[in-house]
Amino acid sequence: MTPILLTHARLIDPEAGTEETGSLLIAGGTISARGSVTPPEGAQVIDCAGKCLAPGIVDIGVKVCEPGERHKESFRTAGMAAAAGGVTTMVTRPDTNPTIDSPETLEFVLRRGNEATPVRFHPMAALTKGRAGREMTEIGFLMDAGAVAFTDCDHVVAEPRVLTRAMTYAQGLGALVVAHPQEPGLSCGAAATSGKFASLRGLPAVSAMAERMGLERDLALVEMTGVRYHADQITTARALPALERARAAGLDVTAGISIHHLTLNELDVGDYRTFFKVKPPLRSEDDRLAMVEAVASGTIDIISSMHTPQDEESKRLPFEEAASGAVALETLLPASLRLYHAGALGLPQLFRALSLNPARRLGLPGGQLAVGAPADLVLFDPDAPFILDRFKLNSKSKNTPFDGARMQGRVLRSFVGGVEVYAREG
Amino acid sequence: MSFSAPHLLGIEPLSQADILSVLDLAETYVDLNRGAAKHGDALAGLTQVNMFFEASTRTQASFELAGKRLGADVMNMAMQASSIKKGETLIDTAMTLNAMHPDLLVVRHPQSGAVNLLAEKVNCAVLNAGDGRHEHPTQALLDALTIRREKGRLHRLSIAICGDIAHSRVARSNILLLGKMENRVRLVGPPTLMPAQVAEFGVEVFDDMRAGLDGVDVVMMLRLQRERMDGGFIPSEREYYHRYGLDAEKLSYAAPDAIVMHPGPMNRGVEIDGTLADDINRSVIQEQVEMGVAVRMAAMDLLARGMRARRAA
Repeated sequence: MTPILLTHARLIDPEAGTEETGSLLIAGGTISARGSVTPPEGAQVIDCAGKCLAPGIVDIGVKVCEPGERHKESFRTAGMAAAAGGVTTMVTRPDTNPTIDSPETLEFVLRRGNEATPVRFHPMAALTKGRAGREMTEIGFLMDAGAVAFTDCDHVVAEPRVLTRAMTYAQGLGALVVAHPQEPGLSCGAAATSGKFASLRGLPAVSAMAERMGLERDLALVEMTGVRYHADQITTARALPALERARAAGLDVTAGISIHHLTLNELDVGDYRTFFKVKPPLRSEDDRLAMVEAVASGTIDIISSMHTPQDEESKRLPFEEAASGAVALETLLPASLRLYHAGALGLPQLFRALSLNPARRLGLPGGQLAVGAPADLVLFDPDAPFILDRFKLNSKSKNTPFDGARMQGRVLRSFVGGVEVYAREG
Repeated sequence: MSFSAPHLLGIEPLSQADILSVLDLAETYVDLNRGAAKHGDALAGLTQVNMFFEASTRTQASFELAGKRLGADVMNMAMQASSIKKGETLIDTAMTLNAMHPDLLVVRHPQSGAVNLLAEKVNCAVLNAGDGRHEHPTQALLDALTIRREKGRLHRLSIAICGDIAHSRVARSNILLLGKMENRVRLVGPPTLMPAQVAEFGVEVFDDMRAGLDGVDVVMMLRLQRERMDGGFIPSEREYYHRYGLDAEKLSYAAPDAIVMHPGPMNRGVEIDGTLADDINRSVIQEQVEMGVAVRMAAMDLLARGMRARRAA
């Protein structure tokens, strides 16, 4: 492999919290030098012309629809979308059909993923069999087979006894449990957040309080069991104090949020636009602003795409019936840059939430710009404007809420282990 | 007289002028309907399809009669019994319909927003005959016409809408219409049957009938949607009737000449006293039904005029 020297790059270092202009040398799949580097003989030199170079995104919670619904997304198309979006590591969800809840299904996913995607990927496995909330999965075997975390995705383990046992068992193995904080008794059947908008539209709605209730319950069990815990999406201001209290008490707790909850609010649903139907539902503008602040302050650790492909048939239905979720691997970075352009977050801060924190939480290498770190990198122009056309996305499913939206920020190149996996044409 | 939109999906997008143009035209149809030859030709040559995905007798009959009196060819499709059960989606249904070249499509659907979705996919004028808990615009228009005829005006009135607001599309359309026409709207009902943040709709909210009906000009009762109640909103029907059922005593808090309205069908002894409902001095419930036909004739006429103008252009 010829070494690659990236020159005149604006180096975004989330670990040091700095951005500075310099060069980066990639050799042997890792970052081998940084700063002012003289090109070694035979190196390929890429002049970055002042564009940003950052550690590639580590995206927790990507749904690849294999097995079961390959017509919605395959490892190949998801991998292409990831590469084009600057996502160098996908951490996939087990909510497929069948559920990834046994070492055998996990092996299938690993084999398919490794042969078909150009980016790194690590699977999560279900916490309970069939995500049914009754019996825990073979957490030990699944960890041996390569599961990096355990989650029932949007299915809440409603029975506290089941969750307690699964958490206790996971704690013994040092496994990370990823949960969806929500009180299912309140959120069942809801398609919107309760408030004026949902009332006007006549949609079944859930109070924002259901998220806090779910989180408070989970945190009580975390305190009881000592498990490592990550809340997949915290989207309401009311839930934040519980998170802060848990941290102050020394619990091993982190929290994430989807990019949609940071950049859109409930009013974007407008006249029942189902591409804006996500889970949990979009929140009020007050909540959105509070969450942007929570990311800036570090209360929320991780931003992810919650990439959820849905075909046209699942979305072209009355709002209540329509499927939830949005594709976001390719829009994650440009949408995140809205927060940067709005002055809410600096670029190192942003990549802390997109790359460094998720890598650390899962114990993966990456998320760093240090010498010796894997050369998983994204080169992007934070200012390049464009209008998103959903039919140009690499994902098989085109269900993005950003169709036709004006965005700013384009990925120019992506590298995984020193290999260029994406280069923007023209 | 004109109507700005190609469809009538709700009261929300309508202007005061839109509302008044429907009501004014409806007045002429009230006269026609009371005459000897109840026939016009405003919809002659046009095909009207009534698609009801949810059971309805009164509204469907009203739309059917309205279309027939104006010369449309009217077809009823009882959708709850047909292809939906066979797995056909709403979009498939729309495509099938397009091939039949209807001009007016009247739709009722149990889910909020479903009529909006259908309207995006068909090539004809769509009238919302009630979608989920969202809107029921022709009901609000016929209520407005009834109020205007009874009270001589449709502004600066004090109107109480009482009962199951949360599950009611009639309430939403009426709140919007009466607000647009600059009336004071009060909502009266138990807090469990109020939508979230309802006070932000520009209404006053009461959970007590005595305070809520105090001095109002119009008392609009809503049906207690028993079929929608998945339980637990009220302790019992008898307690509900005791606290919120309209009887002569509760009506006495309203203005002496207050009128009583109900969109039907009534649950006598649940939300309204049977004798009061039949009291021709106070109850305008029968007139509401009559106005319903006239308003639907007017709405379809206006939409057809707009459609013809667009097709000619």
